[in-house]
Amino acid sequence: MRQIAFYGKGGIGKSTTSQNTLAALAEMGQKILIVGCDPKSDSTRLILHAKAQNTILSLAAAAGSVEDLELEDVLRVGYKGIKCVESGGPEPGVGCAGRGVITAINFLEENGAYEGIDYVSYDVLGDVVCGGFAMPIRENKAQEIYIVMSGEMMAMYAANNISKGILKYANSGGVRLGGLVCNERQTDKELDLAEALAKKLGTQLIYFVPRDNVVQHAELRRMTVIEYAPDSKQADHYRALAQKIHENGGKGVIPTPITMDELEDMLMEHGIIEPVDESIVGKTAAELATTA
Amino acid sequence: MNQNVENVLDHFNLFRGPEYKEMFEKKREFENACDSDEIEKIREWTKTTEYREKNFAREALAVNPAKACQPLGAVFAALGFEGALPFVHGSQGCVAYYRSHLSRHFKEPTSCVSSSMTEDAAVFGGLNNMIDGLANAYSLYKPKMIHVSTTCMAEVIGDDLNAFIQNAKEKGSVPQDFDVPFAHTPAFVGSHVTGYDNAMKGIVSHFWGGRERTANGRINFIGGFDGFSVGNLREVKRMFDLMGVAHTILADNSDVFDTPADGRFRMYDGGTKLEDVKAALDAGATVSMQEFCTEKTLAYCAGRGQEAAAFNHPIGVAATDRFLMEISRLTGRPIPPALETERGRLVDAIADSSQHIHGKKFAIFGDPDLTLGLAGFLLELGAEPVHVLSTNGGKEWEAKVRALLDGSPFGKGCRAYAGKDLWHMRSLLFTEPVDFLIGSTYGKFLERDTGTPLVRIGFPIFDRHHHHRYPVWGYQGAMNALVWILDKIFDEMDRKSMVTGKTDYSFDIIR
Repeated sequence: MRQIAFYGKGGIGKSTTSQNTLAALAEMGQKILIVGCDPKSDSTRLILHAKAQNTILSLAAAAGSVEDLELEDVLRVGYKGIKCVESGGPEPGVGCAGRGVITAINFLEENGAYEGIDYVSYDVLGDVVCGGFAMPIRENKAQEIYIVMSGEMMAMYAANNISKGILKYANSGGVRLGGLVCNERQTDKELDLAEALAKKLGTQLIYFVPRDNVVQHAELRRMTVIEYAPDSKQADHYRALAQKIHENGGKGVIPTPITMDELEDMLMEHGIIEPVDESIVGKTAAELATTA
Repeated sequence: MNQNVENVLDHFNLFRGPEYKEMFEKKREFENACDSDEIEKIREWTKTTEYREKNFAREALAVNPAKACQPLGAVFAALGFEGALPFVHGSQGCVAYYRSHLSRHFKEPTSCVSSSMTEDAAVFGGLNNMIDGLANAYSLYKPKMIHVSTTCMAEVIGDDLNAFIQNAKEKGSVPQDFDVPFAHTPAFVGSHVTGYDNAMKGIVSHFWGGRERTANGRINFIGGFDGFSVGNLREVKRMFDLMGVAHTILADNSDVFDTPADGRFRMYDGGTKLEDVKAALDAGATVSMQEFCTEKTLAYCAGRGQEAAAFNHPIGVAATDRFLMEISRLTGRPIPPALETERGRLVDAIADSSQHIHGKKFAIFGDPDLTLGLAGFLLELGAEPVHVLSTNGGKEWEAKVRALLDGSPFGKGCRAYAGKDLWHMRSLLFTEPVDFLIGSTYGKFLERDTGTPLVRIGFPIFDRHHHHRYPVWGYQGAMNALVWILDKIFDEMDRKSMVTGKTDYSFDIIR
């Protein structure tokens, strides 16, 4: 059994990319379990054609305790027999979503959800903000992490931060960075930047997923592109990504995250941002006018 | 003031003096207390069936739950290994609770350290506390092994023990090859029996992991969380030695909870030797005396190829028979005549006292396995375990008690209550009264409120001394349990027949 996890900045297309890739893996005959680790519970929407209502934590709260739950209560089967569970979590602003992830994963392991599965995939929200969201990268959990990013600065910044999280656990356990997946935003020199960042992090750009509106069309129908438009070019891209991930087993690396300055330098090298003129920092318009 | 140096009054008498009585009256007035009639009215109402129904419909509140939290069980288990220092990753107050709870019961110091997490650790994670804590504990207290468990705070923020301990070893807190088994023990999940199980599984998998097993004829024995462990483990060892059974007691804390006063402080004493724990992988079987304390541990043992056998805190003739016969089957060692003699003596004692205990009604509360063991013993004695309650018992436990009760004519009309607390028990005792209550010290408030005499068997027992030194397992152990129950029965008989000229026609010398 292989365990992988998708991380990345919020809104980058993590859930879309991961569900399309996993649908392609299912096409290849792999038995898949998706564990959504996001209180918004939208990691399995495209596979199930609906937002999962019965999250582990909402049912546990209703039953009084997670011990009162049965696996059947939370497990839903979607496209091509993909098994789906959502950890769920509190409303924004209350409680502790990180603890929810820990509780949910412990529940799944103890109740044999991983039996007879080829791939377990964790879809984790935004950033590794606390110990709970690092649960999928603990020892004996995900072996490889795939970071979904784009050519935007903040997406690269997040990718670098996630690499820091992986590094913390990589030395004591088996977790490795599988590679970057660039989800095209059509920013300047996007492919070059993604490749440069991958190199800096000591990993590879495993795939560059081009932007295509068919993804939106599929999404509106709560479907993956693989299911909605199986003959489309975009579906083939996701299949190619799935193939690459499938062949990437055991080839993950310990990442070498960089500093914020190094990241800015990299963007400057590619001409994305202007070199900072130190003499103007902290000067008001009036001050600049007098010196000019 | 009637307090003076020549005659120092203790709290029993001091507060009964007139000046304190007056003070208490003024306090009532100052606090605008309800009038006594109203209090009496409500008190009477809480004894009714109507109140009982409301009480059992209660959803969001527990009143006096008869259970403790996971780390307490983990500390208890960890103390059973040679030179082992329990290390709890969390704040100091939690650890103060485990230490005082165990010390109040065993009347012995409990050595256990904390990683002393505070506000900053809650925000930044407790890695530095782990690094410094392990380094300090290792150099100050020179343990042979440190066992790490967690508390609520460390669990909520998601501290990963495996990674933290590895990191601490890399920073040189303890040598790389130093044994630091660990268990995640969130205090808000399960109870102390879950924590015991998690700790035991963590310890055996630490010592057995990555090694091949070569089966031999030895057996491993796990006692489970047990307030009588000092007496019980010694009794089990004695019986095994009489049978000539080659055994390893896993988590033998019988010595560390019973150190002699000979002028030398023993921070560590006795305990299962670490090389014996390693070698225990090769045993043919692992026997657990308490199934619900060892669910995960036994599954792990079975997964490693051992035969796993579980009991439910066996007390009495039939339960001990089953236990010894299973040991005999597993090891091929016969049960020696000496144990048969002890069995005969127990049967004789039960027969001698049968007329006093037969048909008496009991309520029992406590841990899942203990309540099963006690209910079985009472049925064997011809007594009726009318209410069997376990706060940390679940559906599986309830079904087991049900099956036990259904198997005996004395179990008719008796019921198991899973997940209920002592306030539920209070309603049961008022609406369906019994003759005696069996449980921990916390049962004394039920004794006070309902007048049901309490026999102290369980954990914790804070207000009677040295009972933990006596076993309740084995034929000799069952004899102790029998005597404690009988003593209470006779005390009650005397108490109810000692009014001169009125009831003392039954105040007999011979019972």
